[in-house]
Amino acid sequence: MPLSHELENRIRAEFPKYPEKRAVLLTALHFVQEEQGGWVAPDCILAIAGLLEIDPIDVKEVVSFYHMFHDHAVGQSHLQVCTNLSCSMRGARGLVRGLEEILGVRPGEMTPGGEFSVEEVQCLGSCGSAPVVQVNNEPFLENVALADLKSLVAGLQTRRRAAVGE
Amino acid sequence: MSVTASAPRFLLPPDSEIWTSLEVYREHGGYAAAETAIRSIAPAAIADEVKASGLRGRGGAGFATAMKWSFLPKDGSRPRYIACNADESEPGTFKDRQIMERNPHRLLEGLLIAGFASAIDAAYIYVRGEYRTAYDALRRAIADAHAAGLLGKNIFGSGFDFEIHVHRGAGAYICGEETGLMESLEGRKGQPRKRPPFPAISGLWKRPTIINNVETMSHVPGIIANGAAAFRAVGTEKSSGTTIFGISGNVQRPGAYELPLGTPLREIIFEHAGGLLPGRTIKAVIPGGVSMPVLTAEQAMAVTMDHDALQAVGSLLGTGAIIVLDDQQCLVRAAAVIAKFYRVESCGQCTQCREGTGWLHKLLLKVESGAGSGADLEAIEDVARFMEGHTICGLSDAAAWASGWFLRRFRGEFEAHLEGRGCPHDATSFEI
Ligand SMILES: Cc1cc2nc3c(=O)[nH]c(=O)nc-3n(C[C@H](O)[C@H](O)[C@H](O)COP(=O)(O)O)c2cc1C
Ligand code: SF4
Ligand code: FES
Repeated sequence: MPLSHELENRIRAEFPKYPEKRAVLLTALHFVQEEQGGWVAPDCILAIAGLLEIDPIDVKEVVSFYHMFHDHAVGQSHLQVCTNLSCSMRGARGLVRGLEEILGVRPGEMTPGGEFSVEEVQCLGSCGSAPVVQVNNEPFLENVALADLKSLVAGLQTRRRAAVGE
Repeated sequence: MSVTASAPRFLLPPDSEIWTSLEVYREHGGYAAAETAIRSIAPAAIADEVKASGLRGRGGAGFATAMKWSFLPKDGSRPRYIACNADESEPGTFKDRQIMERNPHRLLEGLLIAGFASAIDAAYIYVRGEYRTAYDALRRAIADAHAAGLLGKNIFGSGFDFEIHVHRGAGAYICGEETGLMESLEGRKGQPRKRPPFPAISGLWKRPTIINNVETMSHVPGIIANGAAAFRAVGTEKSSGTTIFGISGNVQRPGAYELPLGTPLREIIFEHAGGLLPGRTIKAVIPGGVSMPVLTAEQAMAVTMDHDALQAVGSLLGTGAIIVLDDQQCLVRAAAVIAKFYRVESCGQCTQCREGTGWLHKLLLKVESGAGSGADLEAIEDVARFMEGHTICGLSDAAAWASGWFLRRFRGEFEAHLEGRGCPHDATSFEI
């Protein structure tokens, strides 16, 4: 079953906010991504379409239109580096290169074990504290220095291990 | 008209205080304006006060707020909605986020007053998906306001019912465009709609809808509490009140500064933001988010940050987001970074925009690399002209202005890159 009962209920609980169920689509996709590994799998697309009573193609189109939705697997920690102007002016390119070196992947790729992926993104709305990195839609990491990257990656690895009880 | 209990004049709490809790907001006069408005002011009088304040939209276009509200049909038909624009994706802009994270009830109170003034049933705050902290702060604030009877049914015993919902976007600049936002909120791709019909007549779910920016709505409690005259006491005749300027780039203290409209740009850069790094001088300043035409140092040093003054020097106030580039930076690189942004964010409906944004980006990269010639500069100008004025929304114009004005105002720097010479600032400039 692609969506757990609990997830279905969370999605249904959003219906009363809107005159049409379809308006819950973006919210539903966020819920699914957050709870099911950071991307929207094909069977989830069908399940959401069924729940909202729309065509699967309508869901697919939305998934591919928005930058935050992924129709393919991404790393458990998905690192987004803003490379728009204010961040570029404060060293964003160096951060992307630094992550490439530490993780051995380029933007758009995932580490072999699926632990990390890196993506270049447009302005995140934090230009006053540039450069900025976001990990899995958590609060922004601001004023990130090249020297911070190693401990950031190590911290995420530790958290990961703790979460799976290693 | 002004009510006795006065709300703070400013949008943001002092220094780094955070007023996310309802109790703290109320201790500072919060919801007094809404209470007075709903209990004892006629809806039309609220709209009149907003009109008298001269409040103009803070989302980029600077449209008169009260006039926008007046376009709603007079037939009283329900439901009707507010779409509150919290998509904040214009590069350089981070002001709405300050309000939502540090003073979320101020926005809710603004929506509540605006909702009462225009007989609105519900407001949807469309928050860009990346703003997780703002989203959480708003959700908590709405729940607290609900529990206190400030939202929901029969607010202040007036018979007025009003709901506020937060809606998360999912990363797409175009959803900040008002009709793209509505498409997105309804659960579709955020592709802008053709107008007419305008949102005031046919907006969300084809119902009458007013759409305003977060900051615009957050000014409303101050206007009602302290009166239009107090609002107008700062700013200029045609750009009244304060705004939150965001400043970033090559300055010592980047950040968000709430100041009167009409503040000299020089003062914002050198006093509030602490000036440049030692030994540097200004080369260029973008005054209102990357969509607004770039200024030369000379223009920047003379201009004040209000609608008329910026228009007079061939730019626009936009979102009041200032990006400073000093003499060590390469402006062709800056133009290329900006061009890439539009290429990534074009929604693809209009040929000129879909194709033009790609060409601009490629041409600018070519010039930056040193592989370009004079013909490429001509081509940039031609493409920019072809993109302007004939598309469904303003993204295409913005992309054309951004690249076009960098070239027009700093042609010498572009020419210095041509015919195999490459970037003259390569050793000092930021990298792309
Ligand atoms: C491409 C594009 C992007 C926009 N992005 C935003 C945005 O992120 N936030 C915003 O408030 N307005 C944005 N706007 C302006 C809105 O279309 C609209 O004018 C504004 O939300 C109206 O609110 P206001 O009158 O209170 O400013 C954008 C416009 C365009 C053309
Ligand atoms: S101008 Fe560009 S972003 Fe706007 S509707 Fe046309 S293609 Fe989409
Ligand atoms: S440019 Fe990176 S957050 Fe705005």
